[in-house]
Amino acid sequence: MESTVTVEPVSVSVQGLGKAYGSQSVLEDVSFEVKPGEIFVLMGPSGSGKSVLMRHLVALEQADAGEVLVGNEPVDGNSKEQSVRMALVFQAGALFNSMTVYDNLALYPREHRLYSEAVIREKVTAVMKALSIENAGAKIPAELSGGMKKRVAVARAIIMEPQLILYDEPTSELDPILAATTSELIATISRETGATSLVVTHDRDLALSIGDRIALLMQGRLVFTGTPDELRASTDAQVREFMNPSIDPDNPRFRKQENDV
Amino acid sequence: MKALKDFFEWIGSGVQMALRTLGYLPQLPRHWKQLIDQCLFMGYATVPLVAILSVFIGGVLALQIGYSILDFGAKQYIGTIVGLSMVRELSPVMTAVMVTGRVGSAVTAELASMKVYQEVDALKTMNIPPERFLVMPRLAAIFLVMPILLMVSVVTGWMGGQLVCQFVPWIDLSSQAYYNSLRSFMDLGDVTDGLVKTQLFGIGIVLIASHIGLRTSGGPREIGAAVTRAVVVCIIFILIFDYFITNILI
Repeated sequence: MESTVTVEPVSVSVQGLGKAYGSQSVLEDVSFEVKPGEIFVLMGPSGSGKSVLMRHLVALEQADAGEVLVGNEPVDGNSKEQSVRMALVFQAGALFNSMTVYDNLALYPREHRLYSEAVIREKVTAVMKALSIENAGAKIPAELSGGMKKRVAVARAIIMEPQLILYDEPTSELDPILAATTSELIATISRETGATSLVVTHDRDLALSIGDRIALLMQGRLVFTGTPDELRASTDAQVREFMNPSIDPDNPRFRKQENDV
Repeated sequence: MKALKDFFEWIGSGVQMALRTLGYLPQLPRHWKQLIDQCLFMGYATVPLVAILSVFIGGVLALQIGYSILDFGAKQYIGTIVGLSMVRELSPVMTAVMVTGRVGSAVTAELASMKVYQEVDALKTMNIPPERFLVMPRLAAIFLVMPILLMVSVVTGWMGGQLVCQFVPWIDLSSQAYYNSLRSFMDLGDVTDGLVKTQLFGIGIVLIASHIGLRTSGGPREIGAAVTRAVVVCIIFILIFDYFITNILI
């Protein structure tokens, strides 16, 4: 991707993170480190707290316990300006529906007065071309397909020239080919910009093919952290069940769960 | 006890939002496009509604006053009463109610929708404060638009009263007599009192509507509920605040 700018990657450190909503505990003593420039994949079943954890990394949630450090600076929502540039690619895109795709992409540099309007146009056009969305510039998000929205959301993140990119379920609701394309896109962005990437997903193919390291979050606790090879070789029953769930119509899992209750 | 705590928490976060928004006002020139858009939306499209409402309020007021004071032979004061009532009380309040219905509800709906569909979260992750990007241009726009709406309301209200006085046979007051009486008891202070009220109502409406919108969570149902809540709260605010501000201004 010729359009991308190389950035100084940052590390992420999560120490003893805890979060509860009322009496329901969502995260319990979660700790892990992400090295600068690596692709760290956070996996886990639905409702395990992955997205909540990700929201803590961008100060959209306040932790009840523990701390998050991005580039050795605490992320707590109290600092007025972030010194580290972070971008979050939301699961549903979170594109600004009242703006065209072009204006969505140009918003960050315009608001932060990073470049002149001519340079912004050049950069936005280059990123749109790199992601094959150059014909969508004048469209509003409601006119785009699901795959196109994901690419626009990724493009909006790239324009920010972030040191840390967070992806929330980037391949959900995509067909296998588009999911593979998105996985390749994440790997390419990481390789070419050097940015640290943290990907929250259920997608085993994505995790095993592009992740440098993978963590598995279950019921708010980290049960595994390691490389894709270590994950494949894991003998832990929970990990194996999550990575290779058997499908047995004669003895369905939900019936077993009912009996357990 | 919890309801009281929630109420004060709501007030506190509203004041915080208002202060943050005011703090961003020096950056208004950067948002001139949004300001113009908002002025057009809030002003241009609201003018006909305000004019229609006011012409009939002025007319009905003239009818009621005429009916009440005709027996006392005091019909020459209809212009004075309609004029002062419109400029000091009815136009500010009715304009504010119209702005609540048309502008306040739209502001809440838009911001609540942006909140529910994570657009506000996206702004925060881009280090763009929602108060600066979403609330401040709307606040500035209402500040520019409310005096115009008030003047439209006052003038059309007076004209409504004049038409009734002139064309209703049992009142039969010439337009010259109507306007002479209107002018004789009115001074600039009456107009500025009306303007002060209207400005405060407008600012209150935008802040309440924005605050409720930005605190919405859930789904489409909650967006609808937020709009209803915003309209109710704004109207209650207008009526209660009107009493106190009138007491101060009189």
